[in-house]
Amino acid sequence: MSFIDLSKNEVQCKVVYYGPGRGGKTTNLLYIHQAMANAVRGKMVTIDTKGDRTLFFDFLPLALGKIQGLSIKIQLYTVPGQVMYNATRKLVLKGVDGIVFVADSLKVQKEKNIESLQNLFQNLAEDNIDIREIPLVLQYNKRDLGGSNIPILSVEELQEDLNKELQLPYFTGSALKGDGVFETLREVSKMTVKYVSRKLLAR
Amino acid sequence: MDLVLSKEAINKIVAVLDEGLLRVGADCALLVDRSGNLIVNRGDPANLDVMALAALSAANFGATAEIAKLIGEDDFALLFHKGKNENVHFTKIGKGFILITLFGKDVALGLIRLNTAKVTDQLIPILCGEQ
Repeated sequence: MSFIDLSKNEVQCKVVYYGPGRGGKTTNLLYIHQAMANAVRGKMVTIDTKGDRTLFFDFLPLALGKIQGLSIKIQLYTVPGQVMYNATRKLVLKGVDGIVFVADSLKVQKEKNIESLQNLFQNLAEDNIDIREIPLVLQYNKRDLGGSNIPILSVEELQEDLNKELQLPYFTGSALKGDGVFETLREVSKMTVKYVSRKLLAR
Repeated sequence: MDLVLSKEAINKIVAVLDEGLLRVGADCALLVDRSGNLIVNRGDPANLDVMALAALSAANFGATAEIAKLIGEDDFALLFHKGKNENVHFTKIGKGFILITLFGKDVALGLIRLNTAKVTDQLIPILCGEQ
């Protein structure tokens, strides 16, 4: 649920990073937090367990400048990826305006990616959100492992598994090194602002 | 279900929070929505990360709603956290909003409870009218 404050000419939107556990959602936010200037980013809040897995969510507010006189503020959230934390994922998804699905390129994670995307669709459906309407961007993370001896899925395989029907925008990336992180954020922000303004015009 | 608030509506909310909570000694009063957006913050939030407070409060409310369901309730109407010097009081406003009140040890909890109830009654028509 976006919030528009006409006294400050400001729009607040919520973007959620979704995906299987240990896929790099928090790493995306950490990279954005480190790379952005203090003036445009707020404090990053992270609630994780000792084993560096997200327990509840991570949160990072960003100010993305102005569009037609309106200041755009985007709040980034991550969800815990582990299957058992679905109640928490539903909580964090509440009022979402845009989604990044971070898929893990590791071959062993093939099923986990599919399962997590299905879980996202199911949670959105329960909230009456149409997956064809809401901004959704895919990021195929951990591409930097391509040259190593760890087996990874090809982009074609990931496309076949996750993006065959919807044909969503996708980016390859390495959140650890920062590759593709800002490309993904830029695309989801652009789509989210468009989506929110379209909904407002329809009011 | 997006929320657009006009300048007039924001001014009304500010007046209600100032009169109902800050005047009786609360340090800070924040109105947030259940998805974590900060709508209005009043008081002296020096060194206070209000954006994070809004996000965490919405999450806290969501988590305790699950506790409520376990004991056969839909939701809790208010939550209270007591600190050594500073306390936080959360009140549910309608279905979509939360009022967060920060107050020190010199202010009685009863007074805050009484006044948040009054403030809630005043805020509901403003928020419902705009949604």
